[in-house]
Amino acid sequence: MPRSLLTSGSSLAFVIAMAACPGVASANEELLRLQQDPNQWVMPTGDYANTRYSALDQINKDNVGDLRVDWTFSTGVLRGHEGGPLIIDGVMYVHTPFPNNVYALDLNNDGQILWSYKPTQDPDVIPVMCCDTVNRGVAYGDGMIFLHQADTTLVALDAKTGEVKWSVKDGDPTKGETGTSAPMVVKDKVIIGNSGGEFGVRGKVTAYNTQTGEIAWRAYSVGPDDEMLVDPQQTTELGKPIGENSSLNSWEGDQWQIGGGTTWGWLSYDPELNLVYYGTGNPSTWNPVQRPGDNKWSMTIFARDADTGMAKWVYQMTPHDEWDYDGVNEMDLFDRPINGQERKLLVHMDRNGFGYTLDRETGELLVAEKFDPVVNWATRVDIETGKPERDPRYSTEANGEDVNTTGVCPAALGSKDQQPAAYSPQTGLLYVPTNHVCMDYEPYQVAYTAGQPYVGATLSMYPPEGEDNLGNFIAWDPVAGEIKWSIPEPFSVWSGALATAGDVVFYGTLEGYLKAVDAQTGEELYSFKTPSGIIGNVTTYTHNRKQYIAVLSGVGGWAGIGMAAGLTGDTEGLGAVGAYKSLDQYTQLGGTLTVFSLPD
Amino acid sequence: MFPYRSFLTVAALCGGSFALGAALIAPAAFGTAATPTDGAESEEKPYSIAEDGTVDWATYNGYRRYNSVCFQCHGPDGLGSTFAPALVESLKVIPYEQFLEIVVNGRENVTTATESKMPALGADPNVMCYINDIYAYLKARSDGAVGRGRPAKHQDKPPEAAEAEDACMG
Repeated sequence: MPRSLLTSGSSLAFVIAMAACPGVASANEELLRLQQDPNQWVMPTGDYANTRYSALDQINKDNVGDLRVDWTFSTGVLRGHEGGPLIIDGVMYVHTPFPNNVYALDLNNDGQILWSYKPTQDPDVIPVMCCDTVNRGVAYGDGMIFLHQADTTLVALDAKTGEVKWSVKDGDPTKGETGTSAPMVVKDKVIIGNSGGEFGVRGKVTAYNTQTGEIAWRAYSVGPDDEMLVDPQQTTELGKPIGENSSLNSWEGDQWQIGGGTTWGWLSYDPELNLVYYGTGNPSTWNPVQRPGDNKWSMTIFARDADTGMAKWVYQMTPHDEWDYDGVNEMDLFDRPINGQERKLLVHMDRNGFGYTLDRETGELLVAEKFDPVVNWATRVDIETGKPERDPRYSTEANGEDVNTTGVCPAALGSKDQQPAAYSPQTGLLYVPTNHVCMDYEPYQVAYTAGQPYVGATLSMYPPEGEDNLGNFIAWDPVAGEIKWSIPEPFSVWSGALATAGDVVFYGTLEGYLKAVDAQTGEELYSFKTPSGIIGNVTTYTHNRKQYIAVLSGVGGWAGIGMAAGLTGDTEGLGAVGAYKSLDQYTQLGGTLTVFSLPD
Repeated sequence: MFPYRSFLTVAALCGGSFALGAALIAPAAFGTAATPTDGAESEEKPYSIAEDGTVDWATYNGYRRYNSVCFQCHGPDGLGSTFAPALVESLKVIPYEQFLEIVVNGRENVTTATESKMPALGADPNVMCYINDIYAYLKARSDGAVGRGRPAKHQDKPPEAAEAEDACMG
């Protein structure tokens, strides 16, 4: 029997919030159950802990070489496709970059479109999205699909019909504030961050009631204590209270008001501790000379109470950033013994090139080591003070305005950007997609105008001296702080990884290859070239007891900036690296979902 | 560097955007952005490059400013990205006046196949105070007179340029 196609028109986006529905089961219990069910992929991060690990093992290292394409779906959008689909009860939810369409595909009926949601957004939002109009995915909870649109609208859609239940505007795109991040549903709240660090946007995280769309709490990254939801005595950094006006005292005058610290990365949640974790982005502007102080709490890991938003602990990784090393990358949560004692860990592979391992209950810093040997802006991180020891040669602050600081590693896009890693409890290793790029950085005077770029630095990027690979896919031991193995890739690895109980790790490349490697050795077991470069995240699920692997391809994002250009070796002071091939010799635009399986 | 006619265009266009109530800086201030250091240069060739490759300050500063406000969309060295055109090619067909008009007022190309939008930058001093420098750099790139990356040698910042910058940026 044919299913009816329900298309929710743009006018539905403006439907006023529906009345609250008391008595609906808490999203907590349903989601707690579903996120542990490997047959579904119920949240963009795979699970609350952000491990991107699946207990499925039908596809394993012995048979993954037989993988083949089962079916495909074109998204109809050309821009960069980050994130990945959700799979819940036989329905797959696929999102697109701007205009942020959502499709519900019926896996029981050959992928027929059950409903689609196509919002109408003012195109004015397009040019204020700093690095392509990406979107990192939708969230599920309480029978609804939550979409965080480019124009900062958070919309709740009925998961069965696509009908708009409510919609709210989270921010002001005319001031450069946009939405790119995936929401996360925790208990009866849906939580989102914001984007716009290159426009002087003030970072914040907001929790909305899933039933009504009303704000439950909102916590800014910078500013007065009450607006940041921090307690001067109870909120700690490395075990010590942060004190009063910790942020205000670290900025000159009212610069914090345009101080950045946006929150466009991934959220994690520990149900036992009831803490939500995320990182904040760069302080605005990119010219460090113009904003004296530590610029708290930009570049910071936050642990917040899920119910109240109150910060339990913070840790600022890069005080007074001089290189645009946003701290937004995902927090991977798992337990492992350290020195014979089981610890609740939080592992964070930061843009600044250090892999941090902390106690996620207390915020104690346990490990901080470079995960790319070329990282040079700091020699080490002092575990006691948590402070990076900077090399003055690469300090754009010390060298000053109008001076070109050369050979800084990593480049502004970081040793790793938002592309999430995967953690396998079987191997105890984190599988990390990384960038291997260095830069010249010249800061200079810049003026703030609301809604206009507020950057203040010139950058050029290139491979590290004497090398020509711009990325590596690495296995990282988060306890020892060591690289276990490393696979060089010609371009930055901009795709989220997937680890499975089949002892296989999957990732995508910018040329468009979906690759499967041995979780123990990194040996390549399978490779298939999808229609476009992959900046999406690999997912897995079962349907009718058969395991599938799914990934979005569609090149773009920050990675698409150098698409036509490639990198040349003629940058001064770096010698002959050799001309580097450009990405457009390998791939072109276009969003496609590709789904793989083993032959029957 | 630019003939008086272009000067007027800058002021007129900037004035237009102020009428929309978006700017903080007086239109006359943007006029000082055209730092005419060499009156002999023509509009068709708004840059000067010495025999040894030393580029004039405007071209060098244009490189710096391009990489601050333009490169996020138009890619490194004007070579384009997955979502904005290569200006190295555009400037082969777009005359100065049209370049200025697009920068000031923006441009939209939203169809079923593409969603690209250039913002109106007429109210942004980080762009408008240096727009002629940015044009000089891009024109030099477009003409093949300047290669990729940071120009290796450049003229020192002339005092007039520093004064104009301070006056324009406020």
